[in-house]
Amino acid sequence: MIKQNRATPLTHILRDPVLLFFVLLVFAGLSLFILFPLYKILAYSVTGENGGFSMAAAIEAITSPTYLRTFRNSLVLGLVTACIATTIGYIFAYALTRTALPFKGFFKAIATIPVISPPFVLSLSMIFLFGRNGLITRKLLGIDNFNVYGMHSLVVVQSISFFPIAYLTLTGILEKLNPAVEDAALNLGASRARIFRTVTLPLSLPGIVSALLLVFIQSMEDFSNPAVISGNFSTLAVEAYRTITGMYDMRGGAMMALLLLAPTLMAFILQKYWLSGKSFVTVTGKPTSGRQLNTDPKVVWPLFGFCAAIAFIVILFYGTVLVGAFVKIWGINFSFTLAHFKYVMTLGWEPLKNSATLALFATPLTGMLGMIIAFLVVRKEFPGRRLMEFVSMLTFAVPGTVVGIGYILAFNEKPFLLTGTAFLIVMAFTFRNMPVGIEAGTSTLLQIDKSIEEASSILGASSSTTFRRITLPMLRQAFFSGLVYSFVRSMTAVSAVIFLISPRWNLSTISIFSLFESSKYSAAAAFIVVMIVIIIIAIGILDRLVKLLGAPAIRQQE
Amino acid sequence: MGLADFSSRSTDVSLQRLTKIFKSMDGSGEVVAVNDISLDIKTGELVTILGPSGCGKTTTLRMVAGFEFPTAGSILIGGKDVAPVPPNKRGISMVFQSYALFPHLNIYENIAYGLRVQKLPASEIAGRTRAILELMQLTSMQRRYPSQVSGGQQQRIALARAIVIEPSVLLFDEPLSNLDAKLREYMRDELRKLQKRLGITSLYVTHDQEEAMAISDRIVIMQDGVIRQVGSPRAIYEHPESIFVATFMGKANILPAEILGRDGEAALVDLAGSRLKIPNPGHAAPKAGKGNLVVRPEAVKIVHVESADASLKGKIERMTYFGNIARYEIPVLGTTILAERYNPQGARLHEEGETVGVSFEMDSVRILKE
Repeated sequence: MIKQNRATPLTHILRDPVLLFFVLLVFAGLSLFILFPLYKILAYSVTGENGGFSMAAAIEAITSPTYLRTFRNSLVLGLVTACIATTIGYIFAYALTRTALPFKGFFKAIATIPVISPPFVLSLSMIFLFGRNGLITRKLLGIDNFNVYGMHSLVVVQSISFFPIAYLTLTGILEKLNPAVEDAALNLGASRARIFRTVTLPLSLPGIVSALLLVFIQSMEDFSNPAVISGNFSTLAVEAYRTITGMYDMRGGAMMALLLLAPTLMAFILQKYWLSGKSFVTVTGKPTSGRQLNTDPKVVWPLFGFCAAIAFIVILFYGTVLVGAFVKIWGINFSFTLAHFKYVMTLGWEPLKNSATLALFATPLTGMLGMIIAFLVVRKEFPGRRLMEFVSMLTFAVPGTVVGIGYILAFNEKPFLLTGTAFLIVMAFTFRNMPVGIEAGTSTLLQIDKSIEEASSILGASSSTTFRRITLPMLRQAFFSGLVYSFVRSMTAVSAVIFLISPRWNLSTISIFSLFESSKYSAAAAFIVVMIVIIIIAIGILDRLVKLLGAPAIRQQE
Repeated sequence: MGLADFSSRSTDVSLQRLTKIFKSMDGSGEVVAVNDISLDIKTGELVTILGPSGCGKTTTLRMVAGFEFPTAGSILIGGKDVAPVPPNKRGISMVFQSYALFPHLNIYENIAYGLRVQKLPASEIAGRTRAILELMQLTSMQRRYPSQVSGGQQQRIALARAIVIEPSVLLFDEPLSNLDAKLREYMRDELRKLQKRLGITSLYVTHDQEEAMAISDRIVIMQDGVIRQVGSPRAIYEHPESIFVATFMGKANILPAEILGRDGEAALVDLAGSRLKIPNPGHAAPKAGKGNLVVRPEAVKIVHVESADASLKGKIERMTYFGNIARYEIPVLGTTILAERYNPQGARLHEEGETVGVSFEMDSVRILKE
């Protein structure tokens, strides 16, 4: 295979003003809402009290034991969570792709719940089950001095939250590995166990490393869980927030943000660029024959037991919150009440409305931007194409806390005085959720024969007409599934927007966080239940829309 | 029906010293895909670029379409340099190997697409689309979607979509390679008939030499980015100028011989001790010294081993019966001579292992250098 050459991309783009316009527009957006805030953090941390260049704050931060302990805490938590979540994810993925496991649909559903769930659920359950009035610790086991707050709880909660990421990554890899390779090993006389050890496992190794890195990033940037359940175990994402809002130490917060950004960025670059060349996944476009599923009961039943145990934990945790929302005082008075819902509906109506409104604004924007960037990056040649790809995927690796701090630094003064506005929150949603849309668009585009767009072009259509009338309709499915995800992510976002809300624009997730801060756990549970209902309804509606608008294209594609 | 004044829109195409260099995928080196080729296509002519995969034929076509930019050289369409013109403004059309039908539009809308893009009046769009549907016998299925029709119909839709916009030049990128053999033969005849009727200048790319022979006014043979020969199907088959062309275009026996001299037009050669007189050695034949006889299998006759006509002798290694021909393979002079006997029905065929004499129809023998 060969690639485009030399200066021709430049001449190409200059001949196409519409393309040029969109490229510049995307770059302007990426610069303003991704790069500029990051630059502001960096600049701020090397600026002294008097406004000149100074490394004092940076040196102080790196040598300060508190900062270092927090940094180490985050790293250790990230590594431990990554290992546990990836192990669970791999077992799930293997059981679902390689064996004749019963109830596959059920397990798949279990693995998607944490992805679309509002924040705080698992931490709240942890408190309900193992806290001072914990159902398990106090009621069942009679322990009343168990400390639920700390790293041990965080590891549990994050492992459950993030194993679906590992599962989804690894399923993709395991499904795409050519079954003929494993069949060949079997044909050569290898046992199932040997095939797993010598073929399947090594071939899925890049996927495992990829999953480890992705979970590591998620754990490092997690705000909602450590914010309510870490106790004295400080993590960067939360400490940066507390330093700024509690101690009004912007510089300290910026330094923490940088400490947080460094490892996540590194993990992202490793995952994206170093690993991408190492994949063994064979994409030939040639239909592969079906896979022989392992039906050996000695393999299937232990795996089933494991998956069932995980499913039980997930159900237990979500069920606990559901029950908790309807009882008077958890741990003391378990009688049924709707009081918490009444409380939430009076206090939480505005934030809920805000969250839904802003998410609804951000969703189509995110979807469009994602598709446009995917189209430009996959199909067009222009200078800076790789840069655009990198920067737009970068938001995945930039923790929300860092984004939030960057935004207040960047948009608190002219010419971009935007803090406290709904617009800035929408932008934060849009640019943070964009990578998912881009991923969906990219993978769809790579499957669509490029000559379909060339046909449109040679028949006289400009590139914008081609995009609008040919590419976009074919991307419909990816576009709408991107929409669902981006809506959910916007509704459930905490870390970036916690810096951006204002009295006028408070959001539901932040309200839940406030309930935690004042130990109103039952009200928090009720609020979470309301959010879950809203999310389920929204997914239902969007899903219907997808079927209504997206389905014909799929049917016609055969 | 809007198709009558087609030939007046058609123009000529000229490729002038066209070169295309790609960066290789690993970024380390360069690949010269098209190396300084020049070619003129006359108005209304169908020219086929024929060559093995990787010879640069598709790259050449894509440069004419505007999807690739020449590294050097220029492309003139109707006398105008199209370097600054993007694909959608070149006034040309293309039939893709994969057909590239729009999966989300029905057949009518697929065909009307190019007209809609031009923002023509609705009545004209409808009129011209209907006319082409009629012409291509697609009217009955105009409401269906591409995935709901057969491969041959998809091919006709792709062609209809390309010609309805009345392009000045039509490009074909291996348009028949996805059809099965019978349909391919039928479609190539249809395609040629239509092209002749519309008088539309066409550049056609294929690796199938039989297809090239069947449809082309002229064939361009490409190899490794350069043009090896240009000519009518007959000229190329009967007067190949290189061994590559001789073996790529049909089968050929290549037999090393010593050229002794000339007798007028004819060449006198020594083939493994037999003296032969070749009446039409071709203009590429060397005057003297080492050369190669190029003999098509159908110009090789099997004769009795003691016959005076036998230029060579050998043992039949294999005989394959195809129905219309019987093919013999006879190892001789370090190579294997192919000989084909036409209409073998009822004829006495030679056995494998039989020692026979090999004779040539001298009129058909050409001589080439290495």
